[in-house]
Amino acid sequence: MNAALRVETPGPLSTLQDFGRRGWRRFGVPVSGAMDPVALSIANALVGNPPGAAAVELTLIGGSFVVEGAAVRIALAGGDFPMFIDGSPAAAACSHTWEAGQSVRIGSTRHGVRGYLAAAGGFAIEAMLDSRSTHVRSGLGGLHGGPLAAGDRLPLGEAELAVPDQWLPPEHMPHAFPKVRVVLGPQDDHFTTQAIARFQATDYTISPHSDRMGYRLSGPPLEHSRGFDIISDATVPGSIQVPGTGEPIVLMADAQTTGGYPKIATVISADLPALGQRRPGDHLRFEAVTLEAAVAARQALVRWLAALPRVLVPVGRGPNPERLLAANLIGGVTDGDAFL
Amino acid sequence: MIKVQSSVQPRQRARFLPAGDAALVVELGESIDDVTNNRVLALDALLTGAGIAGVEETVPTYRSLLVAYDPGTVAFADLVRRLELLLDEPEDSVAAPAGRRWSLPVVYGGSFGEDLQFVANASDLSEEEVVRRHAEAEYRVYMIGFQPGFAYLGGLDPQLHLPRRADPRATVEAGSIAIGGSQSAVYSVACPSGWHLVGRSPVRVFDSRREQPFLLSAGDRVRFRPLPAEAWEPLARRADAGDVVAEELPE
Repeated sequence: MNAALRVETPGPLSTLQDFGRRGWRRFGVPVSGAMDPVALSIANALVGNPPGAAAVELTLIGGSFVVEGAAVRIALAGGDFPMFIDGSPAAAACSHTWEAGQSVRIGSTRHGVRGYLAAAGGFAIEAMLDSRSTHVRSGLGGLHGGPLAAGDRLPLGEAELAVPDQWLPPEHMPHAFPKVRVVLGPQDDHFTTQAIARFQATDYTISPHSDRMGYRLSGPPLEHSRGFDIISDATVPGSIQVPGTGEPIVLMADAQTTGGYPKIATVISADLPALGQRRPGDHLRFEAVTLEAAVAARQALVRWLAALPRVLVPVGRGPNPERLLAANLIGGVTDGDAFL
Repeated sequence: MIKVQSSVQPRQRARFLPAGDAALVVELGESIDDVTNNRVLALDALLTGAGIAGVEETVPTYRSLLVAYDPGTVAFADLVRRLELLLDEPEDSVAAPAGRRWSLPVVYGGSFGEDLQFVANASDLSEEEVVRRHAEAEYRVYMIGFQPGFAYLGGLDPQLHLPRRADPRATVEAGSIAIGGSQSAVYSVACPSGWHLVGRSPVRVFDSRREQPFLLSAGDRVRFRPLPAEAWEPLARRADAGDVVAEELPE
């Protein structure tokens, strides 16, 4: 019997996500995919998968899973979620091999929003439109087009388990830039000079009305120079629309493919994954950079991802992941539930 | 293939605008019209044919083309130069895809189009006249967006142009035929809408079970064929079973 993960309790918004759908935007299909593709890549590297293999994206609260059929190797990366295997704490950013019948419980995140639970061999689920990513609004992808439900059985692909578990030492984690960097445009000419300056000087708050489709931001309104309607044109994840209220909306992974509000700027691709870990109530600031700087940041991230499998350390050699785990457990009370 | 008609206005200069570090927008005009939209579709076809390394996907819209690319393979400036060369092709050698012509069956009014009477009152016409005018027009698919397979249809009779509802509905059924502003649309999946519902088609413009999940593409043309309410059940059953139900019309 092939190994599988059975979902006992799914968490409030647990979906399967990979790197998303490419090539279908011309038909109105959102890219979707992991909100934090860097964390997805880390979870996959830890279990020996290609970086974009589908994993379970957890949102704020984890869930519980049971191993069926055969042993599996799993890893959790991303937000700081406590994990317990048969009741004992287990380190994140570290792979673990479980035997059939063992259960894992994942609690509420203490920092960040999304966690990625990857399994060696990947989830053996049919792709829809070239991706296993779940887009809930259109019912595409995942097991049945929606969030995971209690009783769902996620079959796993074949995997090599006769290698030691491994972990990612914290000094190799990528560093998030303190500000969210953007490239101005494509419709920055629809805003006054003061609005462009204010956009970069404002301490924005992420509103509770934020989800995988977009983050609404609260702050002083930005002034349009010639109305807030444009002839609808294409958007990308990272597009920052400014509707009539003057408060920006950052489009995220599940963004609609077209829109009719002017877009003052676009979040650079290197900073979008970290933005995917910000939660309602968090503050953020934008900083405009040149296209050259944005491309350089993207290329640095591409190089980091390519090197990732080589910086992983087998468990039992070098510093011990359990020390990191002990540090995490002093993290304090969770406030994850407040935002659901 | 059809030829793009020459514009009477002088050709507008294209603008190349960055949409972040991995996409750019080629803006070819500032209005909703066939000439501009044809130029967008022609550039899209030429770009696809050119097979430029690093170009990942394109999204044609009313008046612009989004080009998603990998900046590690092709730089913004190089891509702009390639696009300028494509735009410099003589106007009448630029062939836009002809698009296909479709006839979609529709049951108008009643529970299938609950705003038909409102639209009739607002446009000072009888319900029959609204249906006649809505079904007589040939619509152009200007672009696909908003949701999978959702087609923005231009060509609505001016008498039927109406502002959106003040209070959007939380959900309208897939297949709903609606009027919003100067446009009409076929809803591809159930979703919220502020447009006025005049009818419903059993045709699924998006069905992930089909080899071609999307019925309509930018550049296609659409007509609506009114059906009596009794015709709904058998057609809906065929659509449930995976039949396209829509008819493709000859050129």
